Amino acid sequence: MSAVAPREPRDSSRPVVVVPRVPSASLASDLRAIKVVWHRELLRFVKDRPRLIAGLAQPVLYLFVMGTGLSAMVPSTSGVPFRTFLFPGVLCMAILFSCFFSAGSLVWDRELGFMREMMVAPVRRGAILLGKCLGGTTVGTIQGMILMVIGAIGGVPMSLELVVTIFLELLVICFAITAFGLALAAHVRSIQAFMALMQMVLLPMFFASGALYPLSGLPAWLEVLTRLDPLSYAVAPLRHAVLGASGKAALAPMVTWGSFVVPIWLDLVVIAAYALVALAVARRRFAREDA
Amino acid sequence: MPPETAEPRRAIVVRGLEKRYADVHAVRGIDFEVRAGEVFGFLGPNGAGKSTTISILCTLASPTAGSATVAGHDVVRERDDVRRNIGLVFQETTLDDYLTAHRNLVFHGELYGVPKAVLGERIEQVMTMVGLWDRRDSVVATFSGGMKRRLEIARGLVHAPNVLFLDEPTIGLDPQTRSSIWAYIRELRARHQITVFLTTHYMDEAENCDRIAIIDAGRIVAEGAPESLKAAVGKDRVQVRTADDDVAIVALKEKLGVDARVHDGAITFAVASGEEFVPRLFAELPIAIRSVSVARPSLDDVFLSFTGTTMRDAAARPGEARARR
Repeated sequence: MSAVAPREPRDSSRPVVVVPRVPSASLASDLRAIKVVWHRELLRFVKDRPRLIAGLAQPVLYLFVMGTGLSAMVPSTSGVPFRTFLFPGVLCMAILFSCFFSAGSLVWDRELGFMREMMVAPVRRGAILLGKCLGGTTVGTIQGMILMVIGAIGGVPMSLELVVTIFLELLVICFAITAFGLALAAHVRSIQAFMALMQMVLLPMFFASGALYPLSGLPAWLEVLTRLDPLSYAVAPLRHAVLGASGKAALAPMVTWGSFVVPIWLDLVVIAAYALVALAVARRRFAREDA
Repeated sequence: MPPETAEPRRAIVVRGLEKRYADVHAVRGIDFEVRAGEVFGFLGPNGAGKSTTISILCTLASPTAGSATVAGHDVVRERDDVRRNIGLVFQETTLDDYLTAHRNLVFHGELYGVPKAVLGERIEQVMTMVGLWDRRDSVVATFSGGMKRRLEIARGLVHAPNVLFLDEPTIGLDPQTRSSIWAYIRELRARHQITVFLTTHYMDEAENCDRIAIIDAGRIVAEGAPESLKAAVGKDRVQVRTADDDVAIVALKEKLGVDARVHDGAITFAVASGEEFVPRLFAELPIAIRSVSVARPSLDDVFLSFTGTTMRDAAARPGEARARR
């Protein structure tokens, strides 16, 4: 008769069990979810030192090796040394990789199974996505600011105004790039596919952005591409700010639509608009996904 | 939202539940109820529809037809209410290997909106319960499979769910860990009045449940307490060792009307109620009895009697519903 093992008797000497009451969904609970997802991204970044080093190695290489090598050929661009001209482009590249890598955590989480833990929680999928996006924004901005220090060491003129401007611009730009990455990540199932897709998207985005050369006097087809490239609208404000610290802001190449010169604020509006579209695309895919 | 019912009498109610995938009819219309506070097991071979059913109950898949309520909330219409009231432990780990055990649980508590004032204490409690409080600051990647499963059970309890779902909770674990997992499940039931719904394809584990449903090929073939299911099969197996087996067999036939044969060196026969039969055995047999053993029918016998096949053969059946997600 004893196939069923004896039940353990209740032990009244044990302390009273804490039984939390979980409140219904609210704005506060969504904000809390966003915050904890964001916090996890930061923890993962802080613990992943190789990622930080790898994320900075490539820009440093571009800045000091390519920048130095090319300055022999191009002594001055837009009125500043080539390395100073190149710096905003390198900054862009650094955050581009960093933010895409952050977005890739969506795919990693899925492969490692952790995604399920988030997908089954009583929170909106949008909150999870937003937390991820803010995580990528923070990590990208931190890496961008570290690169500012490296730039200063490399002789790029700095000022407090420049640091503040770059910081604020990076927040918007990193948010947009991470949103872009998330839109991609939401559509792929394996990390290999994401990496391949990332290569396919990143390099063209980078080369068409004016990060390496001014976007003027280009053939018409390339001009159209550069104007569609969201990164163009990231490079222009960053470069405007960097050249501004050398007193050469007026010489900074701007994005033009025909004869219309796009002002810095509009660059940032375009970037933000791209970000919202990307986030909406990611959310749409993510919301339909089964856990 | 309806007023919160602290302890719904029926934790799970399933009516005419069906799930059809493009090419597979994974669940073919099942009905069952789970009472609040009981340990309910879903027993069946791989591919029988267990995981599909648990996915629907956990709001991870939507039913093709039929309905289900969990903790008083409809799994389709009140998804988030269901989610707040259930804890989930999947077959595959869903922990963040790179974070510490404690961090994983904090993440969960925050995500589920556990009030900050009690979160710390609650985490300590559930981690202590599974014996991992001392390892709270270890990175999960350093944990063994058994520790990870225990941590996942603890995590599933952080937000004090009414119903805990365990999908094959002891699969791939060593016997010692399996029995400790079962100790936690019993403790949950006894101390926290939690309803536990689990799936398993281990017969011996299903024995630990208060009630089980046996599922095969997308249908429930039997439901009830393990003991009563086995009783329904009917006969207990009695084995007797005597001084003279030939005499005993003849006596069994003539005095008690039982057909017995020697099997594994003992006289073996089946009767409806073995324990009640034993005293008659001593009264009627004319020779000395050395030993008597009475064996209940196993759940394997139950499965066999309801499906006409053993669970192992059922799992190996070709063309069977294998879709799990």
